[in-house]
Amino acid sequence: MGREAGGALNTKKVFQAQGLTKVYTMGAVQVHALRGVDLDLYEGELVVLLGPSGSGKSTLLNILGGLDTATAGEVTYRDHNLTSAADNELTEYRRQHVGFVFQFYNLIPSLTARENVAVVTEIASTPMKPEDALAIVGLGDRLDHFPAQLSGGEQQRVAIARAIAKNPMVLLCDEPTGALDSATGVVVLEALERVNRELGTTTVIITHNADIAGMADRVIHLSNGLISDIRANETKKAPHELHW
Amino acid sequence: MKTLDRKLLRDLWKMKGQALAIALVIASGVATYVLLISTMNSLTQTRERFYQEYAFADVFGSLKRAPEGLRTRISEIPGVAQVETRVSAEVKLQVTGFPEPVTARIVSVPDFGSPLLNRPYLRRGRMVAPWRDDEAVVSEAFAEAHRLGPGDAIGAVINGRWKKLRIVGIALSPEFVLQVRPGALSPDYKRYAILWMGRHGLGVANNMDGAFNDLSLTLTAGAHPDDVITRLDAILAKYGGLGAYARKDQMSHRFLTEEFRQLQRSADIFPAIFIGVAAFLLNVVVTRTISTQRDQIAVIKAFGYHNWDIGLHYMKLVALIVILGIAAGLGIGAWLGRGLGNIYMEFYRFPYLNYEVQPSVAAKSAAINLLAALSGALLAVRRAVNLPPAEAMRPEPPAEFKKTFMERLVPQRILSQPTRIIMRNIERRPVKALLSVIGISMACAIMVAGRFSKDAVDYMVEIQFRQTQREDMTVTFVEPTSRKAVYEMKRVPGVEHAEVFRSVPVVMRFGHRSYRTSIRGVEPGAGLHLLLNEQLRVITPPRGGILLTDYFRTILGVHPGDLLTVEALEGNRPVLQVPVAGMINQFIGLMGYMDLDALNRLMKEGSAISGVYIAVDSLRRPEIYRRLVEMPRVAGTLVREDEIRNFYETQAEALLFFTMVATVLAATIAFGVVYNSARIALSERGRELASLRVLGYTRGEISYIFMGELGFLTLAAIPVGFLVGKGISVYIAKALESDLYRVPVMIDSWTYSFAAAVVALSACISGLIVRHRLDHLDLVAVLKTRE
Repeated sequence: MGREAGGALNTKKVFQAQGLTKVYTMGAVQVHALRGVDLDLYEGELVVLLGPSGSGKSTLLNILGGLDTATAGEVTYRDHNLTSAADNELTEYRRQHVGFVFQFYNLIPSLTARENVAVVTEIASTPMKPEDALAIVGLGDRLDHFPAQLSGGEQQRVAIARAIAKNPMVLLCDEPTGALDSATGVVVLEALERVNRELGTTTVIITHNADIAGMADRVIHLSNGLISDIRANETKKAPHELHW
Repeated sequence: MKTLDRKLLRDLWKMKGQALAIALVIASGVATYVLLISTMNSLTQTRERFYQEYAFADVFGSLKRAPEGLRTRISEIPGVAQVETRVSAEVKLQVTGFPEPVTARIVSVPDFGSPLLNRPYLRRGRMVAPWRDDEAVVSEAFAEAHRLGPGDAIGAVINGRWKKLRIVGIALSPEFVLQVRPGALSPDYKRYAILWMGRHGLGVANNMDGAFNDLSLTLTAGAHPDDVITRLDAILAKYGGLGAYARKDQMSHRFLTEEFRQLQRSADIFPAIFIGVAAFLLNVVVTRTISTQRDQIAVIKAFGYHNWDIGLHYMKLVALIVILGIAAGLGIGAWLGRGLGNIYMEFYRFPYLNYEVQPSVAAKSAAINLLAALSGALLAVRRAVNLPPAEAMRPEPPAEFKKTFMERLVPQRILSQPTRIIMRNIERRPVKALLSVIGISMACAIMVAGRFSKDAVDYMVEIQFRQTQREDMTVTFVEPTSRKAVYEMKRVPGVEHAEVFRSVPVVMRFGHRSYRTSIRGVEPGAGLHLLLNEQLRVITPPRGGILLTDYFRTILGVHPGDLLTVEALEGNRPVLQVPVAGMINQFIGLMGYMDLDALNRLMKEGSAISGVYIAVDSLRRPEIYRRLVEMPRVAGTLVREDEIRNFYETQAEALLFFTMVATVLAATIAFGVVYNSARIALSERGRELASLRVLGYTRGEISYIFMGELGFLTLAAIPVGFLVGKGISVYIAKALESDLYRVPVMIDSWTYSFAAAVVALSACISGLIVRHRLDHLDLVAVLKTRE
């Protein structure tokens, strides 16, 4: 499962999850976001997590990224057990290994594009230069623009630059095109695809848009807190071939 | 610069209005503290230096007359280091072009060499030449008041004889830093002077050649003043000793100490209020800033920043605001302190004022403020830090609302929808609303407490000078005189009425406590000088007892019905047991009052009087003044109207200064609290208000929802502020209470109105500034933005 950049299968597991359960208490109501998820993710693969809203996609992603902890079950990242990790270990894990991209970009409005990337490169151990990261996403000429001066697509590409600038092992993207029109979405997906291809970063993209699934190595369906289907794409589509 | 620090600066710039309002509150606190403490320290240091350089004595005593030879015996008292004897006299002065009565205390200086103790500081001219009996050195304040200088002449009635004195020098003295005539409330530079004359000349004029009637001494290290005073009193008793006293009871020193105490008390209270308000504001603002930056915090954490990085980040934001406030406060405090120092220099005659803001004061103030502010913000920051990133990523859940208590009380149809919104908002966060009310009420309290001293003074003057002392003038005689002297007084044209009194210096003892004062004997049925009991009703001393100032309860622990031991310091110095018949209301000084005949009988001296209260025809005052100066037995005259006017004149500048400072400070707090609350409400509820605008509400209607809450809180805060202000006033009054004076807690309704007006106006102004923003809400943009 999974492929090396050259197309050969790669069976090195990055994530292993068993029986992941997550229960939220929202006021008086208990929400079962995950009901026992078993999942392996492999080095260098591009995975699309599909599912309707409320299916537990974001929860799963957050647990994989060390943003949240599971109520029950176990998840490991290489030889790190994320389930039993303390808060500062999770922080360290995120700092060294994970890049995030969010639906609403979550840029810091008071910082320019370059500075938004620098926020991350300043604390990473082997970062690229913020300018280089922005060049990868095609924003080499927008370095000193504040978020408010950038379009949605541009903002999301800054967010991707910020996520990849530390040279992370995994890139976790939560609805990266959710707030964008389709043309802009394609540009953003191209940036993600390029990072996955050129840097070999394990990439997980959450979407409820089934059309995006075409660019994945594997497509994982979630519904109602459980994995309902895992499917490998025989042929990956390039982002510009996607339409929605 | 780190990228996060850059974010910090930009965040700070974006919230500059709020940051400035908080910095102003902090600056006010620091400035008040620095102002009060630095002025007090500077004055204390100046005083200590002046005392030391000009040899201010440790113990003082006066007596009727003793031969100079007694000096040796006094110097042999264990614990006495240096003794200096002097001749001192109370005299009448005549100043050309100033027809009113002027009195002076003349003290002698040695004919050769400078005085051992209480050395005058010569500002201009020279000291008196040896053996000259027609030269005098004059106190600076008096010389300034009459534009006198070396070379000018004044007339003096010394021991009944008129004499022309040539002024040769202008001086100050550690003994008379505050030149208050005994019994007066405030310095009167025009009508009271200190003069220095040669010992020989003054001695001869007062029949004191080879004798003395005043002495001062210093103590050896470790000597106890009370022991020395007991022995000194024993020696002087035979010579008409009037009771020696330590430096702490010396009039000028006492007044200074009391003033410093007042500064210290104020420094305890007011800065604490500002610090409290600032900490509260920082908590509110940081809480809000953090809640608007929830997603930013989440993303920063998601990328691997540690909790303490985030904590430090927001703490830096707080520290920047606080440091800004501290820096401004130190500057303003030093500037105001210099101004206050100069005002004090009008009262307190020091040769110089070493005004400085001691680094320790600045450091202490800065540290206290920083610590308080950081701890105020700490809670909010902790909450932000502990927020799990995944949760922080989600928008804050909508606030929970419920129907309010008020709504259940009032029929539904009375309350409009907007009014319900206002009430639900207040009831949803009762603690925050309460703190806002407390914050705004502090502004009101500061105004009330800041103006309280003026009201108290008005009340004191009303009771003391208008209801009690109805005489126009008080004339005192050189010595106890036959009662017949009153007829001489009544014959003066223009004198309409005269009533006599007898004043006897005494030591009162009760239990192990004692107090040196005087007893005044008054005639029954007197109409000029009245006594008021504690219920402010006129009371006459009964024949068989004494009436005491109410504060004797505290000083001696004596109550009506107790038997008081009275030791007269005059005549045959009888020691008597007198029953306490009642207490009287008196704000200034401590005294006993007895029936005149009863007092005379106890003193075994026939019908002696010490002075006369007179009512006069005001048109004939100049003539009366002239006649009084000419009467040899008249030692001095106090004119009531002059006292009142002078009192207000000397206090006016200081009162104005404090009122102004209090007003500015109160306005700062009111503005700071209301502006910040409004800005936060706008940021929290901009969406809601914009939605209402989209639904068709007018600007006025949403302003009502928005400002109504603040208006309600401000209105609720004002009465609370009245109470707190009164409480602070009571505390200050209690703390300042002493035998010198008691400040009544009387707050004028005008002060309350003024305080409420300042607070309401500040609230309105800050409300209007925010309303301006409200009017320019970009409806579409606000609705688009994700919370």
